[in-house]
Amino acid sequence: MRKLAIVLVGLAALALVVGSPLPEPPRAAAELLINGAGATFPYPIYSKWFDEYAKVQPTLRFNYQSIGSGGGIRQITERTVDFGATDGPMTDEQLAKAPGELFHIPTVLGAVVATYNLPGNPSLRLTPDILADIFLGKIEKWNASRIQAANPGVALPGDPIIVVHRSDGSGTTYIFADYLAKVSHEWEQKVGRGTSVKWPVGLGGKGNEGVAGQIKSTPGALGYVELAYAIKNQLPVGAIRNQAGQFIVPTIESTTAAAAGAARNMPADFRVSLTNASGEKAYPIASFTWLLVYKEQTDEAKGKAVVNFLYWAATDGQKYAADLLYAPLPPQIAKQVEAKVGQLSFHGKPLLVAR
Amino acid sequence: MLKSELAGASTAERLSVPRSLVPGRRRGVWGDRLYQAAVRAAVLVFVVVVLGIAALLVYAARPALAAFGWRFLVTADWDPVAEHFGALPFVYGTLASALLGMLIAVPLGVGTAIYLAELAPFWIRPPVAFLVELLAAIPSVVYGLWGIFVLAPLLRSWVQPGLARGLGFLPLFQGTPYGVGMLAAGIILAIMVVPFIVAVSREVLLAVPTQQREAALALGATRWETTRLAVLRYARSGLLGAILLGLGRALGETMAVTMVIGNRPEIALSLFAPGYTMASVIANEFTEATSDLYLAALIEIGLLLFVVTVAVNALARLLVWSVGGAVKEVRE
Repeated sequence: MRKLAIVLVGLAALALVVGSPLPEPPRAAAELLINGAGATFPYPIYSKWFDEYAKVQPTLRFNYQSIGSGGGIRQITERTVDFGATDGPMTDEQLAKAPGELFHIPTVLGAVVATYNLPGNPSLRLTPDILADIFLGKIEKWNASRIQAANPGVALPGDPIIVVHRSDGSGTTYIFADYLAKVSHEWEQKVGRGTSVKWPVGLGGKGNEGVAGQIKSTPGALGYVELAYAIKNQLPVGAIRNQAGQFIVPTIESTTAAAAGAARNMPADFRVSLTNASGEKAYPIASFTWLLVYKEQTDEAKGKAVVNFLYWAATDGQKYAADLLYAPLPPQIAKQVEAKVGQLSFHGKPLLVAR
Repeated sequence: MLKSELAGASTAERLSVPRSLVPGRRRGVWGDRLYQAAVRAAVLVFVVVVLGIAALLVYAARPALAAFGWRFLVTADWDPVAEHFGALPFVYGTLASALLGMLIAVPLGVGTAIYLAELAPFWIRPPVAFLVELLAAIPSVVYGLWGIFVLAPLLRSWVQPGLARGLGFLPLFQGTPYGVGMLAAGIILAIMVVPFIVAVSREVLLAVPTQQREAALALGATRWETTRLAVLRYARSGLLGAILLGLGRALGETMAVTMVIGNRPEIALSLFAPGYTMASVIANEFTEATSDLYLAALIEIGLLLFVVTVAVNALARLLVWSVGGAVKEVRE
């Protein structure tokens, strides 16, 4: 019994120590916390921006949960965060469910590349119809006459093409499926576009690293990954024929060019697919990634902070993109984004401080 | 109880009864009540948590339950774009991969435990047991990476072509050898559950009284006969418990399986073909499931995994009960 008493007293003491408030670190006056959640793909550039922006606005702190586009859309719809983030634009149906008007603010661009494992890893040229038919399971061998015709002089093996796709729901898949749906009527009918689709053929790998890992270890494999991942890991990538008939190697510049081509016909809400973009130099499998904010903000201080951050991201922030292997917005689009950010308001009054 | 038993013991002081049990010192009684309440509360917490999980899953899966009903269980179509959802390939994949894993792991695990408990020289037992148990400490993502970069190429270039040549007449060993697929998932699962089976089985075997073995040996039994008749018979319900623990892990394992199973929602008889499990599809698609029905369908898969796990465990307990009915539960 005495032992028990000693243990109890000890536990109580421990509880006191653990439960007592730790000394607070000194804080800047009136620190403001902005909460965001959503897409995983742009997380590296966003966290870089939060760091850099802290030097401009030291009283502001960001908390961004990269839980995926689906979670981002749900949380901003329920107003549990101050901004959401998504790799695929919200549908009209989803927008109708939100309690207020939601703006899509493009931040940077990403691209999706076709990568493969062939002896010697030659540079391949792929046409939209070849790509679609491989993923539909209609071209099964590497030395198919159509692939050979697009790649004169390349020795292609007679091996089966082992298709590898993402198994996890992903913006990367959305962009790729969206592209195939635009260039192939059959794909649009049979499969369609989405963050996960019903693949006619192939194996699923989890994440970019899962897809790349399976391709690397499987001779004859072909799959798709993010441009940034392919550049970092120096994977062989296919040049894709764009609308103008040019074979374009995916790079940061050719990705930005895809958005530049779309600038003239940009819809006011930026909910636009950039795949199969026009323009001589445009890489055809590219997309915006967006932040989601309410047009009418409910908290003046937070609203001001978010708006100024968005303006900064579209202007000064863009120079950090290329280092992290994201394609920056072309200047024409950045101007359009600045104008859009200017429309964000509190009680009908614009929040952006005139610069 | 305590009070009435001790009521007559007025001589308690002289008989060196612990002071807290002496009547009149009511502190002990209070301690007893406190102890009972605490233990009951602990049990209640788990009951509430399990029922809470089940209720929440049913609640969140309502849209899918309403839209698909029983068809969800028997259709094999999983098309998030058209919003047609059927869980059959995932249920099949979970059960098939776990079964395959257990078929490999049980002989391996129980065999290792018998060796460690009965046959191995004493000096070799602790290091081998330590090494096997170390397998349990490896994170499953590491198993998955090993599966992609080592196991899958090995299977594709050597094991699967070999199996196809030797046993290709069986539908189990036909089709393109991808490396990743059901066979890879089964092997990875086996490696992951072996340490659990070994650790528990070894404890169970060590708990078998030495007299059992001595009696068998004294009757002229060989080493194998002793193990079979005196040790395994005595320990069988405990061993089944160890296997159940492994099975539970095999059914729920997510990361490593997702990385090597190929993630294709199809039911194929061949072990070379890619498959998909319930845990994998949830892990894969939950984060980007944007529509309500899609999300509800994934939650219904979670509910199904819950039900399947409970059913398999109940079935296995029934098995333990029917086998071990005559033998007393082994205690440590």
